[in-house]
Amino acid sequence: MHEELFPGLRRRGFLAATGAASLGALALTGCGGSGGTDSAADGGDGTPKRGGRLRAAFAGGGASETLDPHLASLFADVARAKALYDKLADYGADLSAQPRLAAKWESNKALDRWQVTLREATFHDGRPVTAKDVLYSYRRIADPEKAFRAKASLEPIDLDASRATGERGIEFVLKRPTAEFPNVLAAFGAYIVPENAGKDDAADFDTKPIGSGPFRFVSFSPGRSAVFRRFDAYWEGAARLDELEIVVAGEESARVNALLGGQVEYAHELNPTTARAHEGKGQIEIVRLRNSAMQAFCMKTDRAPFDDKRVREAFFLIADRQELVDGALSGAGVIGNDLFGKGYEYYAADLPQREQDLDRARALLKQAGAEKLKVTLDTSAVAAGFTEAASIFKDQAAKAGVTIDVRMGSKDSYWSDILDSGTLSCYRSGAMPIEAHLSQRLLTDSTTNATQWRHKDFDALYRQAQSTRDKTERAAVYGRMQRRLYAEGGFLIWGFADWIIGTAKTVKGVEAKAPANTLDWARFDKVWLG
Amino acid sequence: MSGASLRAFVVRRLLLGVAQTVAVVLLVFALTEALPGDAAVALAGDQPDPERIAAIREAMRLDRPVHERLADWAFGLAHGDFGTSLTSGRPVAGYLADGFGPTLLLAALTVALLVPIGFGLGVLAARHEGGPVDRLISSVTLAVYAVPEFALGVLLVTVFALKLAWLPPTALGYGTDLLAHPAALVLPVLVLLARPVCSLVRLVRAGMVDALASPYAAHARRYGVPGVRVRYAHALPNALAPAAQQLARTVDWLLCGVIVVEALFVIPGLGTVLLNAVAERDVPVVQGLAVVFGVLTVVLNLGADVVARRLAPRAGVAA
Repeated sequence: MHEELFPGLRRRGFLAATGAASLGALALTGCGGSGGTDSAADGGDGTPKRGGRLRAAFAGGGASETLDPHLASLFADVARAKALYDKLADYGADLSAQPRLAAKWESNKALDRWQVTLREATFHDGRPVTAKDVLYSYRRIADPEKAFRAKASLEPIDLDASRATGERGIEFVLKRPTAEFPNVLAAFGAYIVPENAGKDDAADFDTKPIGSGPFRFVSFSPGRSAVFRRFDAYWEGAARLDELEIVVAGEESARVNALLGGQVEYAHELNPTTARAHEGKGQIEIVRLRNSAMQAFCMKTDRAPFDDKRVREAFFLIADRQELVDGALSGAGVIGNDLFGKGYEYYAADLPQREQDLDRARALLKQAGAEKLKVTLDTSAVAAGFTEAASIFKDQAAKAGVTIDVRMGSKDSYWSDILDSGTLSCYRSGAMPIEAHLSQRLLTDSTTNATQWRHKDFDALYRQAQSTRDKTERAAVYGRMQRRLYAEGGFLIWGFADWIIGTAKTVKGVEAKAPANTLDWARFDKVWLG
Repeated sequence: MSGASLRAFVVRRLLLGVAQTVAVVLLVFALTEALPGDAAVALAGDQPDPERIAAIREAMRLDRPVHERLADWAFGLAHGDFGTSLTSGRPVAGYLADGFGPTLLLAALTVALLVPIGFGLGVLAARHEGGPVDRLISSVTLAVYAVPEFALGVLLVTVFALKLAWLPPTALGYGTDLLAHPAALVLPVLVLLARPVCSLVRLVRAGMVDALASPYAAHARRYGVPGVRVRYAHALPNALAPAAQQLARTVDWLLCGVIVVEALFVIPGLGTVLLNAVAERDVPVVQGLAVVFGVLTVVLNLGADVVARRLAPRAGVAA
C-alpha cells in the first residue's frame, strides 16, 4: 500500500476490514442495490453489448500478491477475488447486507441461531455450491493457526456447533445474540471456496483457483496481471465481457497515462487533481464514488489532554471542515459531522452540522485549564491527503491558541504505531456498516480501538442493539450511541473522500453509487464495452 | 604488465569483493531490521489488531532472535538457497529470476547505446575543442544532466506518448515479454540513458583533450603519423581508462534509475521488487537482492579496473 520522493509510489489500496456482525434483515427485500448505472457516458441508455476484453489497472501489491481470496487486503486483491468468488452476502450502496450466495436467512427469537439457505449456484468446475463448502471456507478463515483478515469478523460464530442441515441449508450457532448477523456474511474477505481448496497446497489458489464468481481463471502472474474469462453458468447470469484483465501499477500517473494511451479501459484510484484535469474534457470518463473514505483526526480519550471531554469538544469546534476538504482532498469529498458512515444505513443524519467556533473553543479550553495547549499530531504519507490535513489543522488550531507539532511517521507501520501510542493522529477508514465501525473500534474489547474509547454503558448499548429484533427500535439504539459519540467521542470526522475512477469512453455500466468495498464497486460482470 | 601480477591483482580484488558483499548484506539486514515495524506489521496494514500481528509473526517465524534468523538465511545461502519470502511464502529465487529479465533488458539496451553515443560525442567534442560543436555538446549534456529522471520521464511521456501518440505511455500489461513490444522500451531507455550519457561524454571529452595535448601525441604528430591514428591509436586508449571505470559506476547508477523508470513505466523488474520488499519488510527478498546487487557491483568494477589497467598500464590503478 508505499512516497515521499514520488507521491504514491506504491500507495497501498485501502484496507477496509469489516467487523463483527450487522444488519438483521429478517426477511430479505430487494436485490443487490442496482440503483442506476453511471450515466455520464451516454445518458445511461444503450443496450448492453456482449464481448470484448476489459483491462483494469489497480494499485497493486507487487510480486507477493496471491489469489487466495481469504488473504485479500488491497483493492487489487478484492477486485480479483470478486471476479472469481462470491460471498454469502455483500454490501449495498448504504452498506446494508444484500443476499448473494445466500438466498435467504432467518433467525430464532433470541437472534443467536440463524438458518441460512443457499441459492442454486455452481463452481467453475461444475460442482454445486453446498453447505459443506461454506462451512469449510469459514473454518479455514477462522483457523487459529492463521491470521486471515476476516477472522475477527467471523468471531461471533461458534463454528464447532454450526452444521449443515441439508445440501443447501446451514444452521449457524452464534456465541451471543447478533441482530446484524448478515453483516458477518458480507464481511470483507469472507469468500466461499470449494471444500478442501488450498488444504494440501495453498499455491493451488494461484495456479488453478476454482470459485463460483462471474469469471473463470485463465492466468495469473503476481504483481503483473491476472486474466479471467466469462463463466457462462454464473448464477446471476453470464457477464457481458468475454475477458477481464486486472493489471497493477503502483504509480497513479502510470495508471492515468495507460488509460489516456488506450492501454487500459479502467483505472482505479485516481487523484482529485487528475480528475479535475480530465472531467468533461471528452477524453475519458471520471466516476466519483461518494462517501468512500472517512477522514478523521483521532483523539486518545484515555490520556491528557483528551481525557477531558471539554478539550475534545474544543477540537471539534476548531476544525474548519470545508477548508480541510478543499485543501487535503482537493475538494473531492464532502464535510463530515464527527460521525462515521454518512449516507449509510442507521446514520444519525438528524444531528446539526458542526461549524467552526473559535471563541467557544477558546472558552472550553480555558475551562479545562488548557489555554496554552501543545499537542503532537502524528501523520504519515500512508494515505492521500494525510500530511496536508495535518498542516491545515495545525494552522486552524493556532487560531484558537493551540500549538500543534506535526510528527511524520513511517507509512509501512503507521496503523500499528498509532493504535496505542501518541495522543492525536490522522485517521481514515474505508466503507463498512456503522455497526462494524462501532464493534471494531469503540467497544472495551475492540481489536483496533484507536480512540481508546472504553465505556461499559456504551458496550451495553451495543449489546442491546444486537439483541433487538425490531429494526426501528434498533435504529433508535444506534442513534443514542451516535449522539454520545457526536457529543464527546474521540473521532473528529471532518470529511468523506470520493474514490475516483477513470474509464475509457467505450466502457458502460460502471455503477457510480457504490462506495469502495461495496458490492457494485469494481463489479466487472455488469460492465460492457460499447 | 605480466600475467602473474594481473592474476594476483584479480585474486586480491575478488577476495576484497567477497568481503565487501558480505558487509553490504549485513548492513542491509541491519538497516531493514532498524526500520520501524516488521513484515507482520506491514502485512496487517490498517487492521493492526495486536493478536493478529502476533499470529502473523508466529506464522512467519519472526519471533525468533535476530541472529538466529540471519544465521538461518546465511546457512541456506551457502547451499545456494535464497530462502522464501515472508509475505507470500514463495521462493526468493523466483522473485529474483522474474525481476531480473526486464531489468537486465533495460540495462543492456542502455549500456549498448551508452557506449557508442558516449564515446562518439566525447571524441567529437574533443576534436573540435572550443569550437561551436564542442560548446553545443557540452552545454546540452550539462542541461540534460541537470534534469532528474522522474521529471524527464514525465516530460517524455507527455510529449511523445500522450500528445503525439507515437509511443505507448507505459509497458502495462506486457509482463516480462517486453521484447515483443519494442515501442514500449523506447522511452524507458531514453530516460535511463539521459544522465549517464552526459557524464560519460564529458569524461571522454576531458580525457581526449588531455591525451591529444600530451607530449606523446605531439611526438607522434611530429613523426607524421596521420591525425586519425594519433586520435584513435595513441590518445583514445589513455582517455578510455577513466571512462571504462566510469562506465562500471554507471551500471550501479542504472539501478537507481531503474527504480524510477520501472515505477513510471510499470516495468516489473528488480527495482519494483526491491521497493515492494522494503515496504513489506520482506527481509529474505531484500537480502537476496542485496547479494545480487553486491556481486554485480563487485564484478563490474573489477572488470572495469582490469580493462583500465590493460589500456593504460602506466596510470597504475590501485588495487
